[in-house]
Amino acid sequence: MMREIDVTEQKGKRAWQTVAFSLLGLSALVGFLALGVILYVMVREGASALSWDFLSQFPRKMMTEGGIYPAIVGSFYLTVGAIVVSLPFALASAIWLSEYAHGGVWVRVVRVGVNSLAGVPSIVFGLLGLAFFVKVLGLGISLLAGALTLGLLILPILIRAAEEALGAVPMSFREGALALGATKWYAVRTVVLPSAIPGILTGMILGISRAVGETAPIMFTAAAFYMTRLPETLSDKVMALPYHIFVMATESPNYYKTRSLQFGAAFVLLGMVMLINLGAVTWRARVRRRKQW
Amino acid sequence: MRTRRPRESEARAVAGPPLDLRPVVQAGLRGLIQMIKERWDRPVFLALASASLVALGLLVFFIFREAAPVLREIGLLSFLGPHWNPTGDPASFGALPMIAGSAMVTFAALGLAVPLGYGAAVFIAEVAPGWLKDVAKSALELLAGIPSVIYGFFGLMVVAPFFQRAFGLSTGRTALTAAVLLGIMALPTVASLAEDALTAVPNSYREASMALGATRWQTIRRVTFPAAFSGLIGAAILGMGRAIGETMAVLMVAGNAPQLTASFLKPVRTLTGTIALEMAETPFGGTHYHALFALGALLLLTTLVTNGLAEWLRGRLARKHGR
Repeated sequence: MMREIDVTEQKGKRAWQTVAFSLLGLSALVGFLALGVILYVMVREGASALSWDFLSQFPRKMMTEGGIYPAIVGSFYLTVGAIVVSLPFALASAIWLSEYAHGGVWVRVVRVGVNSLAGVPSIVFGLLGLAFFVKVLGLGISLLAGALTLGLLILPILIRAAEEALGAVPMSFREGALALGATKWYAVRTVVLPSAIPGILTGMILGISRAVGETAPIMFTAAAFYMTRLPETLSDKVMALPYHIFVMATESPNYYKTRSLQFGAAFVLLGMVMLINLGAVTWRARVRRRKQW
Repeated sequence: MRTRRPRESEARAVAGPPLDLRPVVQAGLRGLIQMIKERWDRPVFLALASASLVALGLLVFFIFREAAPVLREIGLLSFLGPHWNPTGDPASFGALPMIAGSAMVTFAALGLAVPLGYGAAVFIAEVAPGWLKDVAKSALELLAGIPSVIYGFFGLMVVAPFFQRAFGLSTGRTALTAAVLLGIMALPTVASLAEDALTAVPNSYREASMALGATRWQTIRRVTFPAAFSGLIGAAILGMGRAIGETMAVLMVAGNAPQLTASFLKPVRTLTGTIALEMAETPFGGTHYHALFALGALLLLTTLVTNGLAEWLRGRLARKHGR
């Protein structure tokens, strides 16, 4: 016997669904809201501190006046260093995982390694940098030690991004190259890698934005509170934007005088990271749409 | 089968005493060079791919090596004691307040991030139309990309004063402030991983449920959500690992008083905060230095375990649905 459809029951179910979906939408909205509020406050308070002098001058008078030029330059050096250190290993790891390895214990071990490394807190990387790069290798608190530490930190990010990019290249590309008599490496170098380059670059950009914003790993390995000149060699200490923000916010002797400087520095860092990320994300979306292979 | 007549040289080599090995060696070398030219890639990439394992090995080795003297100089029992006063006379190195502080802040943050993260994930994966899905995912990614020092700065300048006024406190830098900030920071991690888990549930499950007359909400509640459960738990655990290890934001807003308290309106100090605060000022190789590395070892161990557990749970989901 068929049960007759109860109209009120159907309506009740619909009502529940509406309530539930609204609540779900609301919880999704919290994320947007947080992003919106943070961006709004930072832009409102920080934009007024922004000027060419602020970006291009050294701090003056115990960092109560002047700009953040050396911190920007320091962050740039650290980030470039981290990428230079990390990218070759990340690329090679991704190529091996995606092109050469076909299952097996070692693949699983490497994957566990990459995942574990990705979960290690950044301050623990700082401790490693201190114990190994600074002390054991005798690099001292320096640009080089900081770049190496940051390089280790972004290694899993770069590996995952590069592996994803390589994995997105269709099998038929490789088969075509191999069928024409190319060796494995020749096929990878001339066919697979060029097709994967946009994806690899977006991953690299995301790694850059991570490295720019990290504070804890460079606290004991590279960062200087205040410098009167730019770093000239790899063994110099550097000022870095995130560390500068931290120090200004927690140890500044004159809060009211430096408030707008602090917001300005935070605004610059946030703006840089957001722009880099936004660029990477939209570019990735475009590449994915365009490449239907 | 046709047999080849031996060449003269071969015949000489077999028969005569002037045994000339040069051609053999040359051919062998050419073969070797050819092989290296064609086969160098696999071993080289394998070696380079082990870089992350080397990095992990370095981490574990050096953190534990520098932490080990704690067992001798302080003793496990007093290292877990309730008083942390490394510069006092006599100095005491009890890590319990920081362990409690980290646990308190982390779990409170999860109390915020997990329900909201799951809600957002279900909304993005199951409810939202395509265009909104893309926008929401990008927003989460941007939120996840904000450096922690910015969260800390925002917390210090905006959230802490707000809580101070709202609750009439002497300082706004409390466990609650840290927990709220951490919750917002963990939200994108939990949400995007939970969304992955939900998306991994095959569509046939949903279709079967709808075909039986269930509404979309009933399908989500009774079919999709339970099917994705292990992945959802994995997402929460990864969020937890992220929250425990977070340093700068917590350091800037938690107040950093190494005290044992159950009140969320009081300052607390976390494991990460202690390392960040004290490492720069402590002499290399002293008991204090080793004690800070021991806190780091504790952090490393916790995150490795939570991470492993989360990956296993997430993998289980994929295996179960045959992907």
